[in-house]
Amino acid sequence: MSDSGPSAAPLVAGATSASPAVETARLTRRFGSLTAVDDLGVLIPAGAIFGLLGPNGAGKSTTLKMLTTLLKPSSGSAHVCGFDVTRQSMEVRRRIGYVPQLLSADGSLTGYENLLIFAKLYGIARGERARRIQEALDFMGLADAAPTLVRRYSGGMIRRLEVAQSMLHRPAVLFLDEPTVGLDPVARQAVWTHLRELRRQFGTTILMTTHDMEEADLLCETVAIMHRGRVVALGSPAELKAALAAGATLDDVFVHYAGTAFEAGGRYRDVAQERRTAQRLG
Amino acid sequence: MAIFLRQTLAIAEAEVRKLRHDPTELLTRAIQPLLWLVVFGRVFGQLREVPTGELSYLDFMAPGILAQSVLFIAIFYGISVIWERDLGILHKFLVSPVSRVALVSGKALSAGVRALSQAVIIYAVAALMKIHLRLEAGAVLGVLVSIALGAALFSTFSLAVACLVKTRERFMGIGQVLTMPLFFASNAIYPLAMMPAWLRGLSAANPLTYEVDALRELMIEGGRSLFGLPVDFAVETIALVALIGLGARLYPKIIV
Repeated sequence: MSDSGPSAAPLVAGATSASPAVETARLTRRFGSLTAVDDLGVLIPAGAIFGLLGPNGAGKSTTLKMLTTLLKPSSGSAHVCGFDVTRQSMEVRRRIGYVPQLLSADGSLTGYENLLIFAKLYGIARGERARRIQEALDFMGLADAAPTLVRRYSGGMIRRLEVAQSMLHRPAVLFLDEPTVGLDPVARQAVWTHLRELRRQFGTTILMTTHDMEEADLLCETVAIMHRGRVVALGSPAELKAALAAGATLDDVFVHYAGTAFEAGGRYRDVAQERRTAQRLG
Repeated sequence: MAIFLRQTLAIAEAEVRKLRHDPTELLTRAIQPLLWLVVFGRVFGQLREVPTGELSYLDFMAPGILAQSVLFIAIFYGISVIWERDLGILHKFLVSPVSRVALVSGKALSAGVRALSQAVIIYAVAALMKIHLRLEAGAVLGVLVSIALGAALFSTFSLAVACLVKTRERFMGIGQVLTMPLFFASNAIYPLAMMPAWLRGLSAANPLTYEVDALRELMIEGGRSLFGLPVDFAVETIALVALIGLGARLYPKIIV
């Protein structure tokens, strides 16, 4: 797991299996006078579980939105599976799955229908569809709940359904924005187990944002701590802890690098969204 | 093209399945047009002051009320897009390899499907009120196509507005401001001939006028289209295509 700074060599267009899952170079996004993401350079090898850490307003969600083609970079570039997120956005979209921080399963449909609609949108062939849906339901432990309207699901079940939905087309890279915010410890554990299993079975690269240090410590091989749009620390949780002080926790590392941000970061809308998500799931 | 169609149908299917789970919305939507027909239509019909040609006032206004009820549903369609954005459902659609045009067309198609339920209710009430309905298959089919186009185009207009204003509060305000002018600057409840010139000009630019114009011939015995059915359907279709183009451009902006 190597640190690739902002000077990372740009990729040639056209993906090969050797392409890193994600590579950014001088990636920047400005909103008016605010620079949400500032000169970001990261390289995530295929098959990794990578955590993007940072306080509210550090630029994690903006980074994720650019990598998932929802938001255009102001400058710099980002490649996912070797494809440019701006110029080859359709190629990128075919290869990624996304679980937004907000609640994204449709409560007015059943679990099965949520999966069915996405299977159709992604063009999974009719013969293959039923098998994939059943497999996703079994995999996420939702087979019994399939005919129930999602608005009757618990928070943990909804999260699992969302992961199932984002996996139907077997994406190479799965992006998750705060996947366990608002979940109780049992539901959190279940989501973690499923994510690890997903990587084991399908070799899926997982990129998640979190500000839950326990989650980052247990699940991620590499973490990047973001502060005011920049990566201020990068490495495995063990490396980062050791570099700070003997016996340091990841919490200590986080506070060390981003401690001053709590007063500064977090737009009203972000905070409101997160509380709302937590409330719905809880 | 096959892919586009499949994606559009999948988006519309989601909406239709939601309606099947909870159809109460369709029933509550029927109350307002009933009041217009039964109360307003009856009372105004007594006046015999509105020059409606050969038609009784009730016969004249029934197509207008059908078009209006479809308009009122469609014009608030954008709120569901803002709602889906707030939830996060929309993000997932935009990250999928589905063209924006298909996403917007799917929404438009589902609005068209919703409009059909209004037709069923209004035909039933109109029959009870002894309004002179045309019931030949071809005419009824024409009515359904015209209101489905109307619903699709006004819901796409609504979606475009929602992408610009972005919040529910602002959208509700704007929705209220838009509905009445669209309704009054049309031939829905009085003929173009009665209007002052400036209002007639506005009405001529309003797709609702062409929708009502087509309905008048296709829905009512003895009704005549002023512009001719080809013109009516052409205007509705062109407006829909233009609005879908606009909506597809604006759609990704709603999440920023």
